[in-house]
Amino acid sequence: MAAPILSTPSHSRDGGPILEVRNLRVEFPTRRGVLTALDDVSFDIAPGEVLGVVGESGAGKSMTGAAIIGLLEPPGRIAGGQILLNGRRIDNLPYEQMRRIRGKEIGAIFQDPLTTLNPLYTVGRQLTETMQTHLDISDREARQRAIGWLEMVGIPAAAQRVDSYPHEFSGGMRQRVVIALALCAEPKLIVADEPTTALDVSIQAQIIALLKRLAREKGTAMMLVTHDMGVIAETADRVAVMYAGCIAEIGPVREVVKAPKHPYSEGLMASIPPLDRKVDHLAGIEGAMPRLSAIPKGCAFNTRCPHVFDRCRHERPELLETGTTLATCWLYDPASEKQVPELLKDD
Amino acid sequence: MAAGVLARAFDSDLWWSFKRSPVTVVSAIVALVCILGAVLAPWIAPHNPFDLASLNLGDAFKPPAWAEEGELLYPLGSDDQGRDVLSAIMYGARVSLLVGVAAVLFSTFVGVAIGLLAGYVGGTLDSLLMRIADIQLTFPSILIALLVDGVVRAALPREVHDQIALFVVIFAIGISAWPQFARTVRGSTLVERNKEYVLAARVIGISQIRIMLTHVLPNVVGPVLVIATLNLGFAILAEATLSFLGVGVPPTQPSLGTLIRIGNDFLFSGEWWITIFPGLALIAMVLSVNLLGDWLRDALNPRLR
Amino acid sequence: MFAFILSRILQAIPVMLTVALISFAMFAYVGDPVSIMLGQDFTEAQRQQLIQDLGLDRPFFVQFGTFIGNALQGEFGLSYRLSRPVAELIAERAPATLELAFCAAAIAMFVGVPMGVYTGLYRNSWLSRAFLTFSLIGVSLPTFLIGILLILVFSVWLGWLPSFGRGDVVQLGWWSTGFLTWSGLKALILPSITLGLFQLTLIMRLVRAEMLEVLRTDYIKFARARGLGNRAVHFGHALKNTLVPVITIAGLQLGGIIAFAIVTETVFQWPGMGLLFIQSVGAADIPVMAAYLMLIALVFVTINLIVDLLYYLVDPRLRSSMGAARGGH
Repeated sequence: MAAPILSTPSHSRDGGPILEVRNLRVEFPTRRGVLTALDDVSFDIAPGEVLGVVGESGAGKSMTGAAIIGLLEPPGRIAGGQILLNGRRIDNLPYEQMRRIRGKEIGAIFQDPLTTLNPLYTVGRQLTETMQTHLDISDREARQRAIGWLEMVGIPAAAQRVDSYPHEFSGGMRQRVVIALALCAEPKLIVADEPTTALDVSIQAQIIALLKRLAREKGTAMMLVTHDMGVIAETADRVAVMYAGCIAEIGPVREVVKAPKHPYSEGLMASIPPLDRKVDHLAGIEGAMPRLSAIPKGCAFNTRCPHVFDRCRHERPELLETGTTLATCWLYDPASEKQVPELLKDD
Repeated sequence: MAAGVLARAFDSDLWWSFKRSPVTVVSAIVALVCILGAVLAPWIAPHNPFDLASLNLGDAFKPPAWAEEGELLYPLGSDDQGRDVLSAIMYGARVSLLVGVAAVLFSTFVGVAIGLLAGYVGGTLDSLLMRIADIQLTFPSILIALLVDGVVRAALPREVHDQIALFVVIFAIGISAWPQFARTVRGSTLVERNKEYVLAARVIGISQIRIMLTHVLPNVVGPVLVIATLNLGFAILAEATLSFLGVGVPPTQPSLGTLIRIGNDFLFSGEWWITIFPGLALIAMVLSVNLLGDWLRDALNPRLR
Repeated sequence: MFAFILSRILQAIPVMLTVALISFAMFAYVGDPVSIMLGQDFTEAQRQQLIQDLGLDRPFFVQFGTFIGNALQGEFGLSYRLSRPVAELIAERAPATLELAFCAAAIAMFVGVPMGVYTGLYRNSWLSRAFLTFSLIGVSLPTFLIGILLILVFSVWLGWLPSFGRGDVVQLGWWSTGFLTWSGLKALILPSITLGLFQLTLIMRLVRAEMLEVLRTDYIKFARARGLGNRAVHFGHALKNTLVPVITIAGLQLGGIIAFAIVTETVFQWPGMGLLFIQSVGAADIPVMAAYLMLIALVFVTINLIVDLLYYLVDPRLRSSMGAARGGH
């Protein structure tokens, strides 16, 4: 399939995307056979763009992030496809070369700030260590910058707190430190894996606002993994919906939220309570996402899909143009037109 | 109920991981050989080392059968009194195994009872019992066993002590190992106690003791089984150590440790087989039991590699 | 810091008191010290005199108080077996045991920790597997058998090293040391390997398990995600975090060395406290047993205190929970 259609025209700038993921496939060999955790996942991220990735737990969101930063948990491995950073392949780099890219070109933010920081080192030491790994700067310069970064992420009295240990900060403050750590070597891409999930609701908005502001100021692109549609609608330019290791739909956030095309995203959006009106009943999706060991043949969603027809049970759909977004659904293949029940084609 | 517990413990995953690990299979076989050899000693051992009439001093210090002066009559050689080393090992393993198993059963019983009590009753009793366990755990268990043995020895007249020496050793080793069981069981009991089904059982008026025995106990069988297996190796070693130090089982009922102690005197005069073969038998027994324990622990707790 | 030490010492007091009580109970109620000390022929008047001298007619708590008072001055009475002051006997034997324990501990730490780190980092290499197999055998081999095997190989067959005793010792004040003579050093080799081997394998297995545990944590993953080099991740971040549990168990193990010395000293006829103790157990020599028990308890309590202090130095979380809570939210 052709690359250009993966990102919507308004976001593709000169020089092409910063990140391209092409037909990525991740496998886990287990004693009960090889599990496919990611299957044919493709998307782009343009410089400065925020791509939201949503889906249920186990859909492969975090796995995609881990594959990009080259830190899949063994025995997980990339079994096919490519990952390109600024047009250069990074999925097959030796450990040492990939290490130089991590932190310097791709920053990472993890879910739980309580466990992400090493409890035995001061936040200042963790910042200077990261910067001095990637940048050729003196100890004094590193310390100055560390204080600067702490100020930038909104830590009060940064000059004093730079010598504090992680346990002396609250959860929200620690996540700010983690953000500083992810950004301090000035990467052009951030992979943020559920950065607000472990935080209090009142803190979540602050952290999202901070991330959004910093990404804009530094021109950093971001892959924002979350299961919170509210965060996506607030922050992302485009959104990818994942289901059972595949991308179900990808497109501009407004289109996917307002007029989802894939039956799964449709169900997902219908299950979010609207804020502007009262509803008696929230539509959900029948059944549960299949386990990796029991993904059905054909379209992974076919067992739960209300619009399922024969082709879905035999053939895995590709990403298809729907007009506004791309969706992996046979409903949007002109060739399967005749098989689609009439009632669905009302719009 | 016991059958149900067993069936649950030995479900297919356990069997699967057993078959997959050749080391485990081998240790199971070795353990089985040791146990059978020990248990069946009176019937299958070539000689009866306690039958003084059959001992012939002329046959003393025979080397193993494959050495130049060896005889097939004494496959692993003979000792200073003309006793067959192989037979002595089989009879000795019998004593070692008996003391080991009895000591583990004793500490399991004491530990589980105290653990259940502490976890279920809680409060002052709990803190008191756990404090005692903490203090005891501060000291190596072999030291505790030595002390208990020494105190009992001092408290009892010599003749009485010689008669019940076996039980003293069992008691001493058993008492030195209870805190591990108590701690584990207490931990699980605390968790179980607050689960809804136990609360529900309490609400409908089932007696506390019954709740403990029927609801809480089955849930701690797994960890207790693991600790017991690992402790069996320790108990056999502890008995051997005590006997080697000369304060364990009475000389009239020599265990593997006693044999090694006796044989040690002849090490320098070149009769190495009198001490080395009982030593190897001890190693085989303990190593196989430990390997089985390790495997059981890993198999029941997949989080550990 | 001072408050921290003080609270730990206060916590140690009940432990010591419990041990003292057990020692005292052994002393006062086990066996019949009076008839043991009197021997065969005595008059009733002699008997009463001795009971009075020993204070056995006084109330329990007075006796216990006297016992503790004496113990604090290192006074544990006369050995039944050797009829010499227990304190003197122990002081005479202590240097031998302490030097042996020191060497064994050094072997256990300096070999065990690197092996543990290695097997934790490269868990699938053949060397790791070899180390692990070796450690399993080490755990299953009884100490006395290791000693016997070493003696058989290095003393009986090869004739390289002595099989018993301390060799020549040099007297430094009341302390006798084997470190200063060639034969003293040679005599130390086999016993310290024997004594250290079990602790070595335990420490190795412990460090390995902790290493594997820590390498799975989020902060190690995050350290990798920040692009830190392997050396910084493994030795800076991972090893430091394994230290807290390793210090605990290693501390307890090192205490265990003193107790296990009993066995090693028996095998090598090493003239230390352990040999003295085992001879006392055999002869039901209660005063020596009681004193030894108190001494071992003191050693353990001291080690625990040192372990707590090391925690305090390694883990900043403890440090700040001790002082006033600083800032934060």
